[in-house]
Amino acid sequence: MATYSVEGIEIVGISACVPKNVEKNIENDIFTSTDEAIKFIKTTGVNERRIVPNEICTSDLSVAAALELVNKLNWDIKDIGIMVCITQTPDYHGPMNSSLIQTRMGLSKECIAFDIPVGCSGYVYGSSVITSMMKTIGIEKGILLVGDTLSKQASPKDKSTQPLFGDAAAATAFSLTNTNESIIFDLGGDGSGYEFLYVRDGGCRNPFNSHSIEYYLSEDGLIRNGCHTIMEGMDVFSFGISVAPITFRNVLNKTSLNIENIDAAIFHQANFFMNEMIRKKLKLTSEQTPYSIGKFGNTSSATIPLTIVSELKNRITSEKLNLIFCGFGIGLSWGTMYIKTNKIICPGLIEI
Amino acid sequence: MELETFLKNFADMLDETAPELIKADTEFRELEEWSSLTALSLIAMVDQEYSIKLTGLDIRNSHLISDLFELVSSKIK
Repeated sequence: MATYSVEGIEIVGISACVPKNVEKNIENDIFTSTDEAIKFIKTTGVNERRIVPNEICTSDLSVAAALELVNKLNWDIKDIGIMVCITQTPDYHGPMNSSLIQTRMGLSKECIAFDIPVGCSGYVYGSSVITSMMKTIGIEKGILLVGDTLSKQASPKDKSTQPLFGDAAAATAFSLTNTNESIIFDLGGDGSGYEFLYVRDGGCRNPFNSHSIEYYLSEDGLIRNGCHTIMEGMDVFSFGISVAPITFRNVLNKTSLNIENIDAAIFHQANFFMNEMIRKKLKLTSEQTPYSIGKFGNTSSATIPLTIVSELKNRITSEKLNLIFCGFGIGLSWGTMYIKTNKIICPGLIEI
Repeated sequence: MELETFLKNFADMLDETAPELIKADTEFRELEEWSSLTALSLIAMVDQEYSIKLTGLDIRNSHLISDLFELVSSKIK
């Protein structure tokens, strides 16, 4: 694992956008009984999710989040020097979402804009890339966009993913700063677990073909086709509870802080039961560990900023906060970052 | 590592199953309460009580609670 720090960059604003459409798990037809629904909700924590209609894609959620944030910051769009877009559900297989968004937002042609395909650990990976580039090049204003429409990739008949995944995007504005505060990163991965979060068909290894849409019954009794996300729940769980505490401690140890000094630890919202195990292993209190999974489900790379907007808005706009973000999942990969924020801009949740 | 303690730990993690039903030769998948969510509780229990990592394959390859016990014991060594 690589643990390192970047100085001279700060977060100045965070916004998030979700679709208006709410789907409640207690009414979810995929469960054969209310008891089954209740059990699922109790373990995963997901009461309801936001699901896009067909005509809304990740770029739409991203642009809405970005424009609201830029507006509240009073930034001139032409001053934005870099825009990094983290998604694994882009509008098209080509070109990148960043190209679509660049033109729709009116970003300058000199704005460095590109996509990076990362999921659950994407907010931290994206932050690590944008902060390093801004610092190295001397770019004053940058936007990180994260988000996915996982609902478009989940099998409507798969009880492990359909009621868990939701759709969201978030925008984070970074600026060069004169303070000598450090942002600390710890990043790592284990590709031997690549099949634990996996979409079989539609890439170049298994191009889309007529069999891709045939539903089959998995060994674990789940119903999906080749275009749908496979989540090996047991292995992802086993991975999450071992890796997350280690990467979190790597970052904490590099700060001069104790666990009690952390104002909030925001984890990728994977599964309430798993996240609670991680929280307890780290001896974090419930007050330090906000959740948004109940309202939005697992929204991939957007879960961390979405949790901030949904649960931490009052504090993050009015106080200086010591924060640790920890994301882990598809790859398998993981990333943790420590950052100190100083009364940032945080508009209310955007719904489209 | 004691079998009796393992059986007790297994029984404790269940909500709706009488502890008498939890024996070494119990086929855990046949328990009415068993589901993919119970499997997560099992992984959590083994991690918490024995500091051992159980994988999906481990659970798929096991049928009796004694299989799980033997697996965890072998990983401790």
